[in-house]
Amino acid sequence: MAEVAETTQPLLERATVDELKHYYYQMLLLRRFEERAGEMYVKAKIGGYCHLNLGEEATIVGLMAALTPDDYIFTNYREHGYIIARGVPPGPVMAELFGKETGVSGGRGGSMHLFDRKTNFMGGYAIVGGQVPLAVGAAYALRYQNKPGVVVAQMGDGTTNIGAFYESLNLAKLWKCPVLFFIVNNGYGMGTSVEAGSSEPDLWKKGASFRIYGERVDGTDVLAVRDVVRRLRARAEAEGEPAIIDAVSFRFRGHSVIDSDRYRDPEAVRRGRELYDPIRKFATLLLEHGVIDDAWLKAVTERVEREVQEAIDFANNSPDPKFEDLYKYMYATPVPNTPTTEDAIRAVKINHGEFDV
Amino acid sequence: MPVITYRQALNDTLGEELARDPNVLLMGEEIGVFQGSYRVTEGLLAEFGPKRVVDTPIAEEGFVGVAIGAAMLGLRPVVEIMTINFILVAIDQIVNHAAKIHYMFGGQVSVPLVIRTPSGGTGQLAATHSQSFENWFAYCPGLKVVAPATPYDAKGLLRAAIRDDDPVIFIESLALYDTKGEVPEDDDYVLPIGIADVKRPGTDVTVVSYSRMTAVALQVAQRMEQEGISVEVVDLRSLRPLDRPTIIESVKKTNRAVVIAEDWYSYGVTAEIAATIQEEAFDYLDAPVYRVAGLEVPLPYAKELSAASKPNANNLIYAIRQVMRGTKRMR
Repeated sequence: MAEVAETTQPLLERATVDELKHYYYQMLLLRRFEERAGEMYVKAKIGGYCHLNLGEEATIVGLMAALTPDDYIFTNYREHGYIIARGVPPGPVMAELFGKETGVSGGRGGSMHLFDRKTNFMGGYAIVGGQVPLAVGAAYALRYQNKPGVVVAQMGDGTTNIGAFYESLNLAKLWKCPVLFFIVNNGYGMGTSVEAGSSEPDLWKKGASFRIYGERVDGTDVLAVRDVVRRLRARAEAEGEPAIIDAVSFRFRGHSVIDSDRYRDPEAVRRGRELYDPIRKFATLLLEHGVIDDAWLKAVTERVEREVQEAIDFANNSPDPKFEDLYKYMYATPVPNTPTTEDAIRAVKINHGEFDV
Repeated sequence: MPVITYRQALNDTLGEELARDPNVLLMGEEIGVFQGSYRVTEGLLAEFGPKRVVDTPIAEEGFVGVAIGAAMLGLRPVVEIMTINFILVAIDQIVNHAAKIHYMFGGQVSVPLVIRTPSGGTGQLAATHSQSFENWFAYCPGLKVVAPATPYDAKGLLRAAIRDDDPVIFIESLALYDTKGEVPEDDDYVLPIGIADVKRPGTDVTVVSYSRMTAVALQVAQRMEQEGISVEVVDLRSLRPLDRPTIIESVKKTNRAVVIAEDWYSYGVTAEIAATIQEEAFDYLDAPVYRVAGLEVPLPYAKELSAASKPNANNLIYAIRQVMRGTKRMR
């Protein structure tokens, strides 16, 4: 992992005991949610692609701790943890992975397309770079309507090599959009390392020719992430000044659940998991400072285990979307000559072999 | 009703919608200071200021994406893409994002966005500046695609598009901007998206067309009348949704159909219309459906080669005479 600056400020000046405990709880919840999601994928409860946030818990919880309810978040397709840390219960998130009507996107989106209107979680997007101009547009709308808040454009390291990223940087600075370009730099875009894909591997520097300030942060340090986001968020909101945050972490597994990770040295991966496990690091820190004890850790582990199991049960027991609702969300403004409920039912029947001709 | 140009109808409507709704804004290259490459936005910067009429850098993917994101938060951007050829660099944002967002997120958010752009070729603009890509968007569920042929329709459909909560691709034509026609003055005049219009009633053959080819079809229809052939012109107006019932009703009456569009022949709009007629009016046809479309080459620059590659009145007259050769079915 790349080097980042460290702070010397005492722990309890940086956060209250309750905040510290909450961050730990959230990180553990994301960890267990993702581990169980991986299991559910193997059991074929989850289809399609499934990208996990394992190893990125501090990056996610630190980011969300710094945001306000006025803020908006656009992410890539590795976003289960973001929507949960933003405040959506794990049940509807797991239900979406299961493709259920009770899922956050009504079962129409899946793992890569989570959305929640109430918390301004504006979607997971599965075309690399696609979410970045959208986020700038949302920030543009905030500025246009003179509303408070900022917009986070979350993306992976690989996204900093696509054109949409650069057009977005230019427009964000040109039009003074309150947007944070939040790069989750886990060292690999699928199997391509940052060094192999980017002529400037210091990703935080990539705003330089757009006069956009950038900063690198240890993405396995929840407080460090929170503090840098807070600082740059305040500036973005007050001055319409966009910024790049390069949060460095270590990807625990392959790119997605089905990736066997053959391109990384197994010994390096084992060592990385030990060295850069944000949850283990944070537990050690909190124990050292007497913020928590073993009994608390045991209790929070049991709580998280139970909550994730309840999410799985909720998803399992939820109804599938109805066939007659196939076209339900086709258009926001209905227009003539579009397929109807009856069309959907007829088509599905034939597809199911339910005909007698 | 006053008679104005197609360009003026668009310009008036943009101005009226800007005045009506503070969330409406225009974005695009050279639409403000330059007053529009084809002067459709002329005078609007002066009237509404730079917050409402936004000049963009040359970054279609970026500013189309920005418009989509802004629409998700309640703005109603009307984006101009200078010509449809340049829309290709923004196609990921349109097809993978604008078209998907409402459905894919379970109806929680909509994208009230209009993208206006002229399609088709005139004036020796050659291979990269003369293309018709409206079928690419008409192919895509989640989008609405309209292509008005007259100032009257341009006004009614642009109003509808701006007031609609879904992404609408609004197809214009360089060759239509200076054409004139009657336009209602009523502030509430809106045309429905998804409804075709019988521009000229007839009994012998149906010509299905849209945008500039409707103007060609109407001229040809007049000429065919002198030959004793009564042509009904069905102007699609919307490519998605497609008003199949109006096409089928007309063909069931005339028993013959010619489809004309400026795009390339294979996989183009004419193929979709011909397939629809075959599926829904097979027993009513007295002759095969005849398709008139562009020749399948990268459009050459040389004047005569260029003109010969695009369908014109002669192509349509030939097609009509061909389908009329069949004996009309007795009933």
